[in-house]
Amino acid sequence: MDTLIAILIGTLFAAGVFCILRRNLMKLIIGIMLLSQAANLLVFTTGGLTKDKPTFAISETKLPPAGYADPLPQALVLTAIVIGFGLVVFTISLLLKAYRAVGSDDINAFNETDRIS
Amino acid sequence: MIWLLASILVPALCALLCLATSDRPQLNRRIAVAGAAMLLACSIKLFVDVLDQDFVSFQSGSWEAPFGITLIADLFSASMVLITGVVALAVAIYSLKDIEDSLVNSHYFALFHLLITGVNGAFITGDLFNMYVWFEVMLLASFVLITLGGGKSQLEGGVKYLIINLVSSILFLCGVGLLYAKLGTLNMADIAVRLAASEDAFLINSSAMFLLAAFGVKAALFPFFFWLPASYHTPRVAISALFAGLLTKVGIYALIRAYTLLFQSQFEAVQGILIFLAGATMVTGVLGAAAQYEIRKILSFHIVSQIGYMLMGLAIGSALAVAGAIFYTLHHIIVKTNLFLLGGVIMRRCGTADLKSIGGLYRWAPGFTLLFFIPAFSLGGIPPLSGFWAKFSVIKAGLDDGHYLLVTVALLVGVLTLYSMTKIWAEAFWKSAPNEKKPSPLGSGGWSLLAPCIALAVLTVAIGLWSAPLFGFAEAASAQLLDPQAYINEVLKLENIQQIANND
Repeated sequence: MDTLIAILIGTLFAAGVFCILRRNLMKLIIGIMLLSQAANLLVFTTGGLTKDKPTFAISETKLPPAGYADPLPQALVLTAIVIGFGLVVFTISLLLKAYRAVGSDDINAFNETDRIS
Repeated sequence: MIWLLASILVPALCALLCLATSDRPQLNRRIAVAGAAMLLACSIKLFVDVLDQDFVSFQSGSWEAPFGITLIADLFSASMVLITGVVALAVAIYSLKDIEDSLVNSHYFALFHLLITGVNGAFITGDLFNMYVWFEVMLLASFVLITLGGGKSQLEGGVKYLIINLVSSILFLCGVGLLYAKLGTLNMADIAVRLAASEDAFLINSSAMFLLAAFGVKAALFPFFFWLPASYHTPRVAISALFAGLLTKVGIYALIRAYTLLFQSQFEAVQGILIFLAGATMVTGVLGAAAQYEIRKILSFHIVSQIGYMLMGLAIGSALAVAGAIFYTLHHIIVKTNLFLLGGVIMRRCGTADLKSIGGLYRWAPGFTLLFFIPAFSLGGIPPLSGFWAKFSVIKAGLDDGHYLLVTVALLVGVLTLYSMTKIWAEAFWKSAPNEKKPSPLGSGGWSLLAPCIALAVLTVAIGLWSAPLFGFAEAASAQLLDPQAYINEVLKLENIQQIANND
């Protein structure tokens, strides 16, 4: 299971970086989304991939079961998902406005600010 | 302790008030400037408190460290909060005339104060994930500010700024996640304690490199800085000045905090990389500046180059070097903001930012020329202005430790910095305008453009002429940074634990 998740995170990172480097604006947005999912999954896995061990106290021992799933990375990932979704919403609206202003969905057309004047 | 919280509560409340009054520009402007003035007063009080007590700390929700989030101001953080207050007030006054009513209606001042909240939060937090959250607050406010106005160049610059900074946030998150996986804590003091005790450097260095990349993008280090010259010259002048003064310095602050507090035990492993990055940043930045002919593009490349000097101070790592880096950061924030604001005044008076088509300012505006001379040649490192002491301390620290190649690079970059700064001087001030055009006057409300520039120039001269007290402060801050045991004791309350253990 650990190996599978590691390969999945790696694949998501690879796909995200590949999409970010494309010329199309839409693929750029998809690349950002894939990268943020990969990062969130990476932080989530640090909590331990155990089954059936929630962080609730069992009545016998008054403690959580041994090897319980760590709730802190889950909280971190929640924060990161929310921040990420807000940023993606802003990105999409900004790229839409930029597409209308520049007139092309090719990122290489955004070169007016790069000129040595 | 209340002043510590005030540095984030005052701008946050001011942002809410400005959000509520966005459709009444006059009232909005007054609230914004009053809020900035109050923030400066609270920052001064916090700074005085930290000078007395060495640390001011606060546990959120009264949860004990390392479980709760610590807010802690040491000498370095308090000085950065103070300088943020100064810059915020200066840019807020400049924005009175510079930002037109339609942008004020689009919540300019609310975003301004949200940005300041994020910046101050990043400076005073003692928890690594909390720093990520404050970075995001600052970043989102800056995304909206950089595209405010909606023109084609703003949107283009905004897209480039947005995408690269989003990637840096993702890298930061990965670094924090991997560090938590290895150590089990996010409190910076606790990370320092556990890292010093841990023998296994393998996984630690991977998260250190993630954090170096993330903070490197924010601070505009060598392979990561290309978003800065592509985007900093596009928004309104006041927004450019605010970004130039503050955002990259938050990145440098995070780098200094990470490599003096968190990864101090691994410092020798990364020192070579940091030295290389410092040299490369300096060189590429100044070569970019030497090639440009537009005022704000030259100044944007200068930011990159000067960041290289600050990183050089961190990379050399001795007490004098880190003191030099701190002094450089403080001096540079004031000088850079001032240069961008003055660049805006030049653009207003001459009608364009293109150096080839303006000129004659020395003849028609001699007072303004003197005003520009002070920060421009302070950046170039001419004594007795503040830039000279900053460069001197960093270079002397490099010579003391034997980094001769880096020092040679730094000196050559200094010459080129002077060249590109005198290019602005010669083109805009000395040569006469191409068709003998006189620069137009500033019009009513021009005082709001010039007053912050004059105040910041006076500060630069004061720092240059009375640099001993400020440099003494920088040395005290550097001593505090390089020996983090006092910081760790303050956060984790180790003496209390020892006392309780002894009493049992």
